Amino acid sequence: MIEKAQKIIELDEVVVKFVGDSGDGMQLTGTLFSDNTASVGNDFATFPDYPSEIRPPHNTISGVSGFQIHFGQKPVHSSGDVADVLVAMNPASLRANLKNLKPGGTLILDADTFIDKAVEKAGYMQNPLEDESLKDYHLIAAPISRLTKESVSELGLDNKVAMKSRNMFALGITYYLFNRDFAPTDQYFERKFGKNPLIVQANKSVLRAGYIYAESVAASATTYTVQPAVLPKGTYRNITGNIATAWGFIAAAERSGLELYLGSYPITPASEILVELEKQRQLNIKAFQAEDEIAGICSAIGASFAGSLALTSTSGPGLSLKSEAIGLALMTELPLVIVDVQRGGPSTGLPTKTEQSDLMQALYGRNGEGQVVVLAASSATNCFYFAYQAAKLAVEHMTPVILLTDGYIANGSEVFRIPSVADLPDIKPRLAKANDPDYAPYRRDEATLARSWAIPGTEGLRHRIGGLEKEDITGSVSHDPDNHQKMSEYRDAKVQRIARYIPQQEVIGEPEGDLLVVGWGGTYGALRNAVQEVQNEGKKVSLCQFNYINPLPENTTEIFSRFKRIVVCELNFGQFVNYLRIRHPEFTYAQYNKLKGLPFKVSELTKKFNQILEEI
Amino acid sequence: MSKDAIIKQELTKDDFVSDQVVKWCPGCGDHAILSALENVLPQLGKRKEDILIISGIGCSSRFPYYVNTYGFHGIHGRALAIASGARISNPDLSIWVATGDGDSMAIGGNHFIHAIRRNLDINLMLFNNEIYGLTKGQYSPTTPFGQVTKTSPYGTIESPFEPGELCIGAQGTFFARGIDANPKALTEIFLASARHKGMSVVEILQNCVIFNNGAHKHLNDRENKADRQLWLEHGKRMLFGKEGNKGLILKGTDLQVVTIGENGISEADILIHDAHSTNPIIHLQLIRMRYPEFPVAFGVIRDVEKPSYEQLMVEQIKAVQKKSPYLTADALFRSGTTWEVE
Repeated sequence: MIEKAQKIIELDEVVVKFVGDSGDGMQLTGTLFSDNTASVGNDFATFPDYPSEIRPPHNTISGVSGFQIHFGQKPVHSSGDVADVLVAMNPASLRANLKNLKPGGTLILDADTFIDKAVEKAGYMQNPLEDESLKDYHLIAAPISRLTKESVSELGLDNKVAMKSRNMFALGITYYLFNRDFAPTDQYFERKFGKNPLIVQANKSVLRAGYIYAESVAASATTYTVQPAVLPKGTYRNITGNIATAWGFIAAAERSGLELYLGSYPITPASEILVELEKQRQLNIKAFQAEDEIAGICSAIGASFAGSLALTSTSGPGLSLKSEAIGLALMTELPLVIVDVQRGGPSTGLPTKTEQSDLMQALYGRNGEGQVVVLAASSATNCFYFAYQAAKLAVEHMTPVILLTDGYIANGSEVFRIPSVADLPDIKPRLAKANDPDYAPYRRDEATLARSWAIPGTEGLRHRIGGLEKEDITGSVSHDPDNHQKMSEYRDAKVQRIARYIPQQEVIGEPEGDLLVVGWGGTYGALRNAVQEVQNEGKKVSLCQFNYINPLPENTTEIFSRFKRIVVCELNFGQFVNYLRIRHPEFTYAQYNKLKGLPFKVSELTKKFNQILEEI
Repeated sequence: MSKDAIIKQELTKDDFVSDQVVKWCPGCGDHAILSALENVLPQLGKRKEDILIISGIGCSSRFPYYVNTYGFHGIHGRALAIASGARISNPDLSIWVATGDGDSMAIGGNHFIHAIRRNLDINLMLFNNEIYGLTKGQYSPTTPFGQVTKTSPYGTIESPFEPGELCIGAQGTFFARGIDANPKALTEIFLASARHKGMSVVEILQNCVIFNNGAHKHLNDRENKADRQLWLEHGKRMLFGKEGNKGLILKGTDLQVVTIGENGISEADILIHDAHSTNPIIHLQLIRMRYPEFPVAFGVIRDVEKPSYEQLMVEQIKAVQKKSPYLTADALFRSGTTWEVE
C-alpha cells in the first residue's frame, strides 16, 4: 500500500453514491466498492437505481444510472437517505443527484465532462463548476477523463477502450478516501479480463492513478475508516434480493426432497430469479422460460400436479396476466409459489423503480371468492427466508402462495450470513401414499384442512381434478349449491388456519407506547432507521413490520391495542391500511404514503412520526 | 417376458373407462374419439398410473373425466402450457392433451405453436368441429370463410387457420389427420402418435351435432368418401378413389390429381408418401389440399425424429452436473466471494 500521512477519522456509517451516464459503468463501480466493503468486514446495504432503457440519450437526466451503498460498523438496515460522498461522472448525473448529498459532503466530479454542450444538455443555465453552487461541499473536481487517458498511454489502447476505465479512476479516489486495499478489485480484474492482460493492466493502472491523484492533489482531504461491524460468527457473502429469493427456493427443494420447477417469462425487475435458476441446472432445477406469463404459471401448475416444487416469478403486469391461473391453482388446491417483484404501476409504469402497489392485486386479483396466502419479504437477505417459507407453506398446506418483494430489495444487496440447509426448518410435503384405501382427492387433513398430494405415477390414486367446482371428498364435478358453499368455506378456512402455523408478529421497540409504526415488506430498513431515530429522542415509538399479510399473525390486534396511535406507512396510496381497516375495523389508522418509485427517506418518516406524536 | 409386456396383456379397454357419466350430446363425434383412445391406452405398455390426460376448456376438454387415468381439466386455452410443465417435471408419463379448435387455435394459439416448436413429447388431440360448441355456436378460427354463425350472422369475414399449416410453420415433427367417423383409423393414428417421441399433433375432424352438424359431411358421406379422402401410409403410393385409380403427382412444384390410364399416367408415376422426410414441403401441400380441387389428406402426414425438449433438458442437467463443483445448495451458497466472521 501507499504510505500516507493523512488524518484518519473513524466513522460509524457512511453513504456513498456513484452516479453517471448509462454506460459509464456505475453499477460495476458500485459492485466493486461493495465487494471491497465486504472484505473490510463492514455491514452494508446497496441500492442500484437505473433507467429502464439500455442506452438512453447520452448525457441527459433520463440516462442517469446510480448505485448507492450504505456501510457501517453497526447493523445496516437500508441503503441510506442522503449521501456523504457523491461521485458524479457527468453534469446530468450531478444535477439529478446533488440534492441527495449532505451539506458539507464530499463531491467527486469528472471536471473534463463539464463542457458547454453537456452542461446545457443536463439543463444547467450555467456551468456549476464556474459559479458558487457547489461551495457548500468538499469538492474534488478531478480531470478524470484526461488523467485516465494519460495513465494508460503507454499501453497503446485506443481512446474508446481507454475511456471505458474512467470509472476505475473514480473508484480509486474513493479507495483513497476510505483507506481501501486494491487486492479484491485486482482479483476481479484478473478473473474477468484474464484473457486480455492489457485490459487487466489498464484497469489496475487507472484505479491506482485515481488513488494517487486523491492522495497528492487532494492532499488536504481527510480520509475515513469504518471499523468492521460486530456480526454473529459465520460465513458471509454479499447477496441481492433476487438471488436470495432464488436460493431460498433451492434450499426448500433440497430440504423437502422435491424437484424444483420454475415456469417464468422475463420481466423487469424479476428476471434475475429466472436467470439464476436457469444457471443452476446442476442442482437438477427445471427452469423453463415460457412463451408468455400465462404459460409460465400454467406450466408451473402442470409441474405441481406432476409433483414438483413449482414456482413462477414475475412483476406487476405479469401478475395481472396470471390471475386466472392463480384461481386454477386455488381451486385445484395445488402447491404453487408466485413471486411478484413489485415495480411502479399501473400498466408498464416504472419498470425499474420500486413500489408496493400490487398488494390488493395479490390479495384479491381473481374472479370468484377465494384466498391465497400472501407473504412479503422485507430485505434483500430475508427474501431467502420468505422464499423458503412460501415453499414450505405451499406444500404443507396445499395452496398457492404469493410472495411479494419489490424492485428495491430485489436489486439491492446486503451482507448475508449463509445458512446451512440442514439448519432450516423441516418441510413435509403432503404426499399421498400408493394404494392408500382412504385416499380421496378432496379428503382433508383435520388440523390444516389441506388435501393430500397424489402425484401421477402413484399406484392406486388415479384421480381427475380441474377448475370446475368439485364435490367434497370425492372430487367429482359438482354444481350442487350446498357443496359450493361448503367447499368455498373450506378453501377460506384452510388459508386462515395457516395463522396457527406462522410465527407471532414481532414489535421492534417497547410492546406499548404512543405510536405504533406499521409497515410491510421492503420498507423495513427505512422504517426501522426512522423509528430508531425517534426512539433515540426519547419518544415512545415502536415498529411493527409485517411479513405475513394473509393470514395476519394471530397477535396482530393484541399489538395494535397497546398503542395510542397507529400509522401505516407504505409505498402506495394505502392498500395495506385499507386491508387492515377491513380486517380490524376496531382500530383507527393514520397513514403515510408515497408514490415516487423510490424508497422512503428516514427524514420524511421522522417528520411524519413527530407530527403525529405532537398531536397526541 | 418384460414387466411392460405383462401389463400390456392384462389391461383392456374397460380398465380405462371411468365411473363418470359421459355428458356429451348423443351423436357427438367425441364419443368415437374417446372410444378410439380407450382402445389405444392398453396397448401403450404403461400402467394406468403413468398416463396423464390434460385438457383446456370446451366440450372436448371434458375428456379427462371420462378416462380412468390421472387427469387435469385446465382453463381455457392453457392445456398445452399445463402439459408442458407436467412433461418437463416427469419425462416418464404418457401425456395426452384433449383440446378443440377454439381452445388451441384461438385463446391457446400461442401455446400451440411454442409447444410444437419445442417438440415436447405430448400427444395432442385437436378436435376440430369448426365451431364454438360449449358457448353455443360462435365461429372459431377454423370456421370456413363466409359461414353464418351466431357471431357472424352475415358470414365470417376472416380466413380460417389450417392447424396442420401452423404445425409445419412451428417446425412440427408429427402431424396426422383423422375423422370421428372412422374410429378404426383413428386408433392407428393414436398409436403412431404415442410411438412418436416428441410433440404429435392429431387433428380430428369432428362433428358437432348441435351447432355445426354436417361440417365434414361432404368428405364423409358413403357415396363420395372414397373420392374425397386420401388415406396416406408411409412408403405407399398416394392413391384414392372408388376404383383406387386416382392419385397425386408433382407437376412443377404443385401437386396434381391424375387418373391412372389417362394421359399416359401409370401407377409408377404416382407419388410415394414419405412421412419421414425432413423437408416439409410435400407434407405442407398435402395438408393444404381441399375439396373439391383435391381429396382431403388423412393419416400420418408427417413423422420425423428430433430430440424432445425434456430429453435435451435431462441431458443438459447431466452434462452440467459433470462440470459443476456446486452439486448441493450448501456448496452453491458458499461459492464465489465469501468471508468468515469469528
